[in-house]
Amino acid sequence: MTWAHKNIGLIAEAAGQHLLLSFLSVLIGCAVALVLGIVSARRPRLYAVFLTIAGIIFVIPSLALFAFLIPVMGLGMKPALTGLSSYCVLILLRNVVTGLRSVPDDVLDAADGMGFSRWQRLVRIELPLALPLIVSGIRIALVTVIGIATVAAFIDAGGLGTIILQGIDQSWPEKIIVGGALTAAIAIFFDLSMTWIERRLMRWRQA
Amino acid sequence: MNLLGQAIDWIIQNPEEFNRALGQHLLMSITAIVFALAIGLPLAVLILRHGSMAAAAINSVNGLRTLPSLAILAIMMPILGIGLWPSIVALTILALPPILINAYIGLRDVDADVIEAATGMGMSERQILRKIRIPLAAPAMFAGLRTASVQVLAGATLAPFIGGGGLGDFIAVGIAGMDQARLLVGAVPIALLALGTEFLLGQTERLLFGERRAA
Repeated sequence: MTWAHKNIGLIAEAAGQHLLLSFLSVLIGCAVALVLGIVSARRPRLYAVFLTIAGIIFVIPSLALFAFLIPVMGLGMKPALTGLSSYCVLILLRNVVTGLRSVPDDVLDAADGMGFSRWQRLVRIELPLALPLIVSGIRIALVTVIGIATVAAFIDAGGLGTIILQGIDQSWPEKIIVGGALTAAIAIFFDLSMTWIERRLMRWRQA
Repeated sequence: MNLLGQAIDWIIQNPEEFNRALGQHLLMSITAIVFALAIGLPLAVLILRHGSMAAAAINSVNGLRTLPSLAILAIMMPILGIGLWPSIVALTILALPPILINAYIGLRDVDADVIEAATGMGMSERQILRKIRIPLAAPAMFAGLRTASVQVLAGATLAPFIGGGGLGDFIAVGIAGMDQARLLVGAVPIALLALGTEFLLGQTERLLFGERRAA
Protein backbone atom coordinates (compact mmCIF):
# COMPACT_ATOMS: atom_id res chain seq x y z
CA MET A 1 0.00 0.00 0.00
CA THR A 2 2.91 2.39 -0.63
CA TRP A 3 1.07 4.48 -3.18
CA ALA A 4 -1.94 5.07 -0.91
CA HIS A 5 0.41 5.93 1.94
CA LYS A 6 2.22 8.61 0.03
CA ASN A 7 -0.89 10.06 -1.55
CA ILE A 8 -3.32 10.38 1.35
CA GLY A 9 -3.87 14.03 0.45
CA LEU A 10 -4.77 13.20 -3.12
CA ILE A 11 -7.12 10.43 -2.04
CA ALA A 12 -8.81 12.67 0.53
CA GLU A 13 -9.32 15.33 -2.10
CA ALA A 14 -10.92 12.83 -4.49
CA ALA A 15 -13.13 11.53 -1.67
CA GLY A 16 -14.15 15.11 -0.83
CA GLN A 17 -15.09 15.78 -4.45
CA HIS A 18 -16.99 12.51 -4.51
CA LEU A 19 -18.98 13.44 -1.42
CA LEU A 20 -19.68 16.93 -2.74
CA LEU A 21 -20.90 15.53 -6.05
CA SER A 22 -23.11 12.95 -4.31
CA PHE A 23 -24.57 15.33 -1.71
CA LEU A 24 -25.32 18.08 -4.22
CA SER A 25 -26.98 15.59 -6.57
CA VAL A 26 -29.21 14.22 -3.82
CA LEU A 27 -30.01 17.75 -2.65
CA ILE A 28 -31.07 18.87 -6.13
CA GLY A 29 -32.92 15.59 -6.73
CA CYS A 30 -34.68 16.03 -3.38
CA ALA A 31 -35.80 19.58 -4.20
CA VAL A 32 -37.20 18.45 -7.57
CA ALA A 33 -38.86 15.37 -6.08
CA LEU A 34 -40.46 17.41 -3.28
CA VAL A 35 -42.00 19.88 -5.71
CA LEU A 36 -43.19 17.13 -8.07
CA GLY A 37 -44.37 14.99 -5.15
CA ILE A 38 -46.34 17.77 -3.44
CA VAL A 39 -47.98 18.73 -6.72
CA SER A 40 -48.88 15.17 -7.68
CA ALA A 41 -49.52 13.34 -4.39
CA ARG A 42 -53.30 13.80 -4.69
CA ARG A 43 -53.41 13.74 -8.49
CA PRO A 44 -52.87 10.08 -9.51
CA ARG A 45 -52.78 10.77 -13.27
CA LEU A 46 -50.13 13.48 -12.97
CA TYR A 47 -48.17 11.26 -10.58
CA ALA A 48 -48.22 8.43 -13.14
CA VAL A 49 -46.81 10.79 -15.78
CA PHE A 50 -44.01 12.01 -13.50
CA LEU A 51 -43.25 8.45 -12.43
CA THR A 52 -43.01 7.24 -16.02
CA ILE A 53 -40.62 10.03 -17.02
CA ALA A 54 -38.44 9.52 -13.93
CA GLY A 55 -38.53 5.77 -14.57
CA ILE A 56 -37.32 6.16 -18.15
CA ILE A 57 -34.38 8.31 -17.00
CA PHE A 58 -33.59 5.82 -14.25
CA VAL A 59 -33.27 2.92 -16.70
CA ILE A 60 -30.85 4.74 -19.04
CA PRO A 61 -27.28 3.67 -18.14
CA SER A 62 -25.23 6.44 -16.55
CA LEU A 63 -22.55 6.67 -19.22
CA ALA A 64 -25.21 7.03 -21.94
CA LEU A 65 -27.10 9.65 -19.90
CA PHE A 66 -23.90 11.65 -19.50
CA ALA A 67 -23.24 11.28 -23.23
CA PHE A 68 -26.65 12.84 -23.96
CA LEU A 69 -25.83 15.79 -21.72
CA ILE A 70 -22.34 16.51 -23.09
CA PRO A 71 -23.48 18.17 -26.36
CA VAL A 72 -25.66 20.51 -24.28
CA MET A 73 -23.49 21.11 -21.23
CA GLY A 74 -19.96 20.11 -22.14
CA LEU A 75 -17.79 18.19 -19.70
CA GLY A 76 -17.35 18.61 -15.94
CA MET A 77 -19.58 19.05 -12.88
CA LYS A 78 -22.65 20.41 -14.69
CA PRO A 79 -23.60 17.32 -16.73
CA ALA A 80 -22.51 15.08 -13.84
CA LEU A 81 -24.79 16.84 -11.35
CA THR A 82 -27.67 16.92 -13.82
CA GLY A 83 -27.35 13.23 -14.59
CA LEU A 84 -26.87 12.07 -11.02
CA SER A 85 -29.70 14.19 -9.63
CA SER A 86 -32.07 12.90 -12.31
CA TYR A 87 -31.40 9.38 -11.04
CA CYS A 88 -32.40 10.45 -7.53
CA VAL A 89 -35.75 11.82 -8.65
CA LEU A 90 -37.41 8.42 -9.21
CA ILE A 91 -36.35 7.04 -5.83
CA LEU A 92 -37.24 10.21 -3.93
CA LEU A 93 -40.49 10.95 -5.77
CA ARG A 94 -41.86 7.51 -4.90
CA ASN A 95 -41.02 7.91 -1.25
CA VAL A 96 -42.28 11.52 -0.99
CA VAL A 97 -45.64 10.57 -2.51
CA THR A 98 -45.99 7.37 -0.47
CA GLY A 99 -45.12 9.39 2.64
CA LEU A 100 -47.62 12.15 1.90
CA ARG A 101 -50.34 9.61 1.10
CA SER A 102 -49.70 7.75 4.34
CA VAL A 103 -50.97 10.70 6.39
CA PRO A 104 -54.35 9.53 7.76
CA ASP A 105 -57.45 11.31 6.47
CA ASP A 106 -58.72 12.14 9.95
CA VAL A 107 -55.45 13.93 10.72
CA LEU A 108 -55.95 16.03 7.59
CA ASP A 109 -59.58 16.70 8.57
CA ALA A 110 -58.46 17.77 12.04
CA ALA A 111 -55.92 20.17 10.54
CA ASP A 112 -58.56 21.64 8.24
CA GLY A 113 -60.93 21.93 11.19
CA MET A 114 -58.31 23.88 13.12
CA GLY A 115 -58.30 26.41 10.30
CA PHE A 116 -54.89 25.55 8.82
CA SER A 117 -54.28 26.89 5.34
CA ARG A 118 -53.17 24.34 2.73
CA TRP A 119 -49.60 25.57 3.06
CA GLN A 120 -49.67 25.36 6.87
CA ARG A 121 -51.15 21.90 6.70
CA LEU A 122 -48.43 20.82 4.30
CA VAL A 123 -45.50 22.24 6.25
CA ARG A 124 -46.69 21.51 9.78
CA ILE A 125 -48.58 18.24 9.37
CA GLU A 126 -48.04 16.38 6.12
CA LEU A 127 -44.30 16.84 5.55
CA PRO A 128 -43.29 16.06 9.16
CA LEU A 129 -45.40 12.89 9.08
CA ALA A 130 -43.91 11.90 5.73
CA LEU A 131 -40.40 12.60 6.98
CA PRO A 132 -39.35 9.02 7.87
CA LEU A 133 -40.17 7.81 4.36
CA ILE A 134 -38.50 10.83 2.77
CA VAL A 135 -35.35 10.17 4.80
CA SER A 136 -35.46 6.54 3.73
CA GLY A 137 -35.63 7.74 0.11
CA ILE A 138 -32.68 10.05 0.69
CA ARG A 139 -30.69 7.12 2.07
CA ILE A 140 -31.36 4.89 -0.94
CA ALA A 141 -30.70 7.77 -3.37
CA LEU A 142 -27.43 8.68 -1.64
CA VAL A 143 -26.13 5.09 -1.63
CA THR A 144 -27.09 4.68 -5.30
CA VAL A 145 -25.50 7.97 -6.34
CA ILE A 146 -22.27 7.33 -4.43
CA GLY A 147 -21.78 4.22 -6.58
CA ILE A 148 -22.74 5.80 -9.91
CA ALA A 149 -20.68 8.95 -9.22
CA THR A 150 -17.52 6.93 -9.97
CA VAL A 151 -18.55 6.99 -13.64
CA ALA A 152 -18.68 10.82 -13.52
CA ALA A 153 -14.87 10.81 -13.41
CA PHE A 154 -14.96 9.86 -17.06
CA ILE A 155 -16.58 13.18 -17.96
CA ASP A 156 -14.04 15.15 -15.88
CA ALA A 157 -16.23 15.67 -12.82
CA GLY A 158 -13.58 14.29 -10.45
CA GLY A 159 -14.24 12.05 -7.45
CA LEU A 160 -12.99 8.60 -6.53
CA GLY A 161 -13.64 7.29 -10.04
CA THR A 162 -10.60 9.32 -11.12
CA ILE A 163 -8.38 7.06 -9.03
CA ILE A 164 -10.03 3.93 -10.45
CA LEU A 165 -9.60 5.18 -14.03
CA GLN A 166 -5.95 6.02 -13.33
CA GLY A 167 -5.49 2.52 -11.98
CA ILE A 168 -6.93 1.09 -15.21
CA ASP A 169 -4.75 3.29 -17.45
CA GLN A 170 -1.57 2.54 -15.53
CA SER A 171 -2.42 -1.13 -14.76
CA TRP A 172 -2.02 -0.29 -11.08
CA PRO A 173 -4.31 -2.62 -9.04
CA GLU A 174 -3.71 -0.74 -5.79
CA LYS A 175 -5.37 2.38 -7.19
CA ILE A 176 -8.38 0.40 -8.38
CA ILE A 177 -8.75 -1.27 -5.00
CA VAL A 178 -8.31 1.96 -3.02
CA GLY A 179 -10.82 3.84 -5.20
CA GLY A 180 -13.35 1.01 -5.21
CA ALA A 181 -13.09 0.07 -1.56
CA LEU A 182 -13.29 3.67 -0.38
CA THR A 183 -16.41 4.24 -2.48
CA ALA A 184 -18.00 1.11 -0.98
CA ALA A 185 -16.97 2.15 2.54
CA ILE A 186 -18.53 5.59 2.11
CA ALA A 187 -21.74 4.03 0.76
CA ILE A 188 -21.93 1.58 3.67
CA PHE A 189 -21.24 4.35 6.19
CA PHE A 190 -24.14 6.46 4.93
CA ASP A 191 -26.41 3.45 4.63
CA LEU A 192 -25.87 2.56 8.28
CA SER A 193 -25.94 6.08 9.71
CA MET A 194 -29.09 7.04 7.82
CA THR A 195 -30.80 3.81 8.83
CA TRP A 196 -30.09 4.88 12.40
CA ILE A 197 -31.62 8.31 11.78
CA GLU A 198 -34.66 6.66 10.19
CA ARG A 199 -35.23 4.55 13.28
CA ARG A 200 -35.01 7.61 15.52
CA LEU A 201 -37.51 9.39 13.32
CA MET A 202 -39.92 6.46 13.37
CA ARG A 203 -39.84 6.43 17.14
CA TRP A 204 -40.32 10.20 17.22
CA ARG A 205 -43.23 9.93 14.82
CA GLN A 206 -44.95 7.33 16.95
CA ALA A 207 -44.38 9.25 20.18
CA MET B 1 -31.61 16.66 -34.28
CA ASN B 2 -28.79 17.44 -36.66
CA LEU B 3 -26.43 15.55 -34.37
CA LEU B 4 -28.76 12.58 -34.38
CA GLY B 5 -28.76 12.67 -38.19
CA GLN B 6 -24.97 12.64 -38.22
CA ALA B 7 -24.96 9.72 -35.81
CA ILE B 8 -27.34 7.75 -38.02
CA ASP B 9 -25.22 8.60 -41.06
CA TRP B 10 -22.17 7.27 -39.29
CA ILE B 11 -23.94 4.00 -38.48
CA ILE B 12 -25.07 3.62 -42.12
CA GLN B 13 -21.54 4.24 -43.37
CA ASN B 14 -19.84 1.95 -40.83
CA PRO B 15 -22.29 -0.92 -40.42
CA GLU B 16 -19.60 -3.49 -39.65
CA GLU B 17 -18.07 -1.55 -36.80
CA PHE B 18 -21.48 -0.79 -35.35
CA ASN B 19 -22.73 -4.35 -35.64
CA ARG B 20 -19.59 -5.71 -34.04
CA ALA B 21 -19.97 -3.38 -31.06
CA LEU B 22 -23.67 -4.21 -30.74
CA GLY B 23 -22.86 -7.90 -30.99
CA GLN B 24 -20.20 -7.69 -28.28
CA HIS B 25 -22.58 -5.70 -26.08
CA LEU B 26 -25.36 -8.28 -26.40
CA LEU B 27 -23.02 -11.25 -26.18
CA MET B 28 -21.40 -10.18 -22.91
CA SER B 29 -24.71 -9.08 -21.35
CA ILE B 30 -26.60 -12.27 -22.24
CA THR B 31 -23.69 -14.55 -21.29
CA ALA B 32 -23.36 -12.78 -17.94
CA ILE B 33 -27.09 -13.11 -17.22
CA VAL B 34 -27.03 -16.82 -18.14
CA PHE B 35 -24.02 -17.42 -15.86
CA ALA B 36 -25.60 -15.45 -13.02
CA LEU B 37 -28.81 -17.49 -13.34
CA ALA B 38 -26.83 -20.73 -13.50
CA ILE B 39 -24.98 -19.81 -10.31
CA GLY B 40 -27.64 -17.82 -8.45
CA LEU B 41 -30.67 -20.10 -8.70
CA PRO B 42 -28.98 -23.34 -7.51
CA LEU B 43 -27.17 -21.34 -4.82
CA ALA B 44 -30.52 -19.98 -3.59
CA VAL B 45 -31.86 -23.55 -3.27
CA LEU B 46 -28.67 -24.63 -1.54
CA ILE B 47 -28.67 -21.88 1.08
CA LEU B 48 -32.39 -22.39 1.64
CA ARG B 49 -31.57 -25.76 3.24
CA HIS B 50 -28.70 -24.46 5.35
CA GLY B 51 -29.82 -21.51 7.43
CA SER B 52 -26.38 -20.47 8.66
CA MET B 53 -25.02 -20.38 5.10
CA ALA B 54 -27.93 -18.20 4.03
CA ALA B 55 -27.01 -15.31 6.32
CA ALA B 56 -23.38 -15.44 5.25
CA ALA B 57 -24.23 -15.65 1.54
CA ILE B 58 -26.81 -12.85 1.65
CA ASN B 59 -24.51 -10.58 3.65
CA SER B 60 -21.54 -11.08 1.37
CA VAL B 61 -23.67 -10.57 -1.72
CA ASN B 62 -25.08 -7.38 -0.20
CA GLY B 63 -21.55 -6.20 0.45
CA LEU B 64 -20.78 -6.86 -3.21
CA ARG B 65 -23.68 -4.59 -4.09
CA THR B 66 -22.05 -1.50 -2.58
CA LEU B 67 -18.96 -1.88 -4.75
CA PRO B 68 -19.32 0.48 -7.73
CA SER B 69 -19.68 -1.39 -11.04
CA LEU B 70 -16.72 0.55 -12.44
CA ALA B 71 -14.51 -0.88 -9.68
CA ILE B 72 -15.76 -4.44 -10.24
CA LEU B 73 -14.92 -4.14 -13.93
CA ALA B 74 -11.61 -2.41 -13.28
CA ILE B 75 -10.32 -5.02 -10.84
CA MET B 76 -10.86 -7.77 -13.42
CA MET B 77 -8.10 -6.31 -15.57
CA PRO B 78 -5.13 -7.05 -13.30
CA ILE B 79 -6.65 -10.47 -12.50
CA LEU B 80 -7.84 -11.66 -15.92
CA GLY B 81 -6.31 -9.25 -18.42
CA ILE B 82 -8.27 -7.44 -21.10
CA GLY B 83 -10.87 -8.60 -23.58
CA LEU B 84 -14.40 -9.94 -23.48
CA TRP B 85 -14.01 -12.54 -20.72
CA PRO B 86 -12.98 -10.21 -17.90
CA SER B 87 -16.04 -8.10 -18.70
CA ILE B 88 -18.29 -11.15 -18.68
CA VAL B 89 -16.98 -12.21 -15.27
CA ALA B 90 -17.48 -8.68 -13.90
CA LEU B 91 -21.02 -8.47 -15.28
CA THR B 92 -21.85 -11.88 -13.82
CA ILE B 93 -20.79 -10.56 -10.41
CA LEU B 94 -23.01 -7.51 -10.99
CA ALA B 95 -26.01 -9.65 -11.91
CA LEU B 96 -25.66 -12.14 -9.08
CA PRO B 97 -26.99 -10.11 -6.08
CA PRO B 98 -30.49 -9.32 -7.41
CA ILE B 99 -30.94 -12.85 -8.81
CA LEU B 100 -29.73 -14.66 -5.70
CA ILE B 101 -31.52 -12.46 -3.16
CA ASN B 102 -34.85 -12.43 -5.00
CA ALA B 103 -34.77 -16.18 -5.58
CA TYR B 104 -33.84 -16.90 -1.96
CA ILE B 105 -36.51 -14.63 -0.49
CA GLY B 106 -39.09 -15.99 -2.92
CA LEU B 107 -38.29 -19.59 -1.98
CA ARG B 108 -38.11 -18.85 1.73
CA ASP B 109 -41.30 -16.84 2.07
CA VAL B 110 -43.64 -19.42 0.61
CA ASP B 111 -46.70 -19.61 2.84
CA ALA B 112 -45.99 -22.02 5.72
CA ASP B 113 -49.55 -23.40 5.51
CA VAL B 114 -48.98 -24.45 1.92
CA ILE B 115 -45.80 -26.30 2.88
CA GLU B 116 -47.61 -27.95 5.77
CA ALA B 117 -50.43 -29.06 3.49
CA ALA B 118 -47.90 -30.52 1.04
CA THR B 119 -46.12 -32.37 3.84
CA GLY B 120 -49.49 -33.66 5.00
CA MET B 121 -50.15 -35.00 1.51
CA GLY B 122 -46.98 -37.04 1.85
CA MET B 123 -44.73 -34.99 -0.40
CA SER B 124 -40.99 -35.34 0.09
CA GLU B 125 -38.67 -32.34 0.55
CA ARG B 126 -37.65 -32.68 -3.08
CA GLN B 127 -41.20 -32.73 -4.34
CA ILE B 128 -42.10 -29.73 -2.20
CA LEU B 129 -39.18 -27.83 -3.70
CA ARG B 130 -40.01 -28.78 -7.28
CA LYS B 131 -43.78 -28.64 -7.19
CA ILE B 132 -44.48 -25.99 -4.54
CA ARG B 133 -41.60 -23.68 -3.71
CA ILE B 134 -40.11 -23.07 -7.15
CA PRO B 135 -43.43 -22.37 -8.92
CA LEU B 136 -44.54 -20.04 -6.13
CA ALA B 137 -41.17 -18.25 -6.10
CA ALA B 138 -41.13 -17.81 -9.90
CA PRO B 139 -42.49 -14.22 -9.87
CA ALA B 140 -39.79 -13.13 -7.41
CA MET B 141 -37.13 -14.86 -9.47
CA PHE B 142 -38.32 -13.13 -12.62
CA ALA B 143 -38.28 -9.76 -10.87
CA GLY B 144 -34.66 -10.48 -9.93
CA LEU B 145 -33.85 -11.32 -13.53
CA ARG B 146 -35.40 -8.01 -14.63
CA THR B 147 -33.37 -5.93 -12.18
CA ALA B 148 -30.22 -7.84 -13.06
CA SER B 149 -30.72 -7.38 -16.81
CA VAL B 150 -30.99 -3.60 -16.55
CA GLN B 151 -27.93 -3.49 -14.29
CA VAL B 152 -25.89 -5.68 -16.61
CA LEU B 153 -26.78 -3.61 -19.68
CA ALA B 154 -25.66 -0.50 -17.78
CA GLY B 155 -22.49 -2.21 -16.58
CA ALA B 156 -21.72 -3.38 -20.12
CA THR B 157 -21.43 0.26 -21.26
CA LEU B 158 -18.37 0.51 -18.99
CA ALA B 159 -16.66 -2.52 -20.57
CA PRO B 160 -14.55 -0.49 -23.05
CA PHE B 161 -12.56 0.85 -20.08
CA ILE B 162 -11.09 -2.61 -19.68
CA GLY B 163 -10.91 -3.40 -23.39
CA GLY B 164 -14.16 -5.33 -23.44
CA GLY B 165 -15.65 -3.47 -26.39
CA GLY B 166 -19.38 -3.00 -26.81
CA LEU B 167 -21.47 0.07 -27.54
CA GLY B 168 -19.75 2.06 -24.78
CA ASP B 169 -16.73 2.17 -27.07
CA PHE B 170 -18.39 4.86 -29.17
CA ILE B 171 -19.00 7.00 -26.09
CA ALA B 172 -15.39 6.59 -24.97
CA VAL B 173 -14.15 7.54 -28.45
CA GLY B 174 -16.65 10.40 -28.60
CA ILE B 175 -15.48 11.87 -25.29
CA ALA B 176 -11.80 11.40 -26.12
CA GLY B 177 -12.15 13.18 -29.48
CA MET B 178 -15.03 15.48 -28.44
CA ASP B 179 -16.99 14.02 -31.35
CA GLN B 180 -20.60 14.67 -30.36
CA ALA B 181 -22.18 12.63 -33.15
CA ARG B 182 -20.08 9.63 -32.10
CA LEU B 183 -21.33 10.02 -28.52
CA LEU B 184 -24.86 9.50 -29.78
CA VAL B 185 -23.84 6.48 -31.90
CA GLY B 186 -23.21 4.81 -28.54
CA ALA B 187 -25.72 6.52 -26.28
CA VAL B 188 -28.91 6.17 -28.35
CA PRO B 189 -28.67 2.39 -28.94
CA ILE B 190 -27.61 1.86 -25.30
CA ALA B 191 -30.60 3.80 -24.02
CA LEU B 192 -33.01 2.09 -26.43
CA LEU B 193 -31.63 -1.32 -25.51
CA ALA B 194 -32.04 -0.66 -21.78
CA LEU B 195 -35.54 0.78 -22.15
CA GLY B 196 -36.60 -1.95 -24.56
CA THR B 197 -35.36 -4.69 -22.24
CA GLU B 198 -37.07 -3.16 -19.22
CA PHE B 199 -40.32 -2.76 -21.17
CA LEU B 200 -40.25 -6.27 -22.66
CA LEU B 201 -39.42 -7.97 -19.38
CA GLY B 202 -42.09 -5.89 -17.65
CA GLN B 203 -44.69 -6.99 -20.21
CA THR B 204 -43.55 -10.62 -19.98
CA GLU B 205 -43.81 -10.42 -16.22
CA ARG B 206 -47.37 -9.14 -16.43
CA LEU B 207 -48.25 -11.80 -18.97
CA LEU B 208 -46.82 -14.64 -16.89
CA PHE B 209 -47.72 -13.62 -13.37
CA GLY B 210 -50.32 -10.83 -13.59
CA GLU B 211 -49.79 -7.51 -11.85
CA ARG B 212 -46.43 -7.19 -10.20
CA ARG B 213 -46.53 -7.82 -6.51
CA ALA B 214 -44.52 -5.59 -4.23
CA ALA B 215 -41.20 -7.34 -3.63
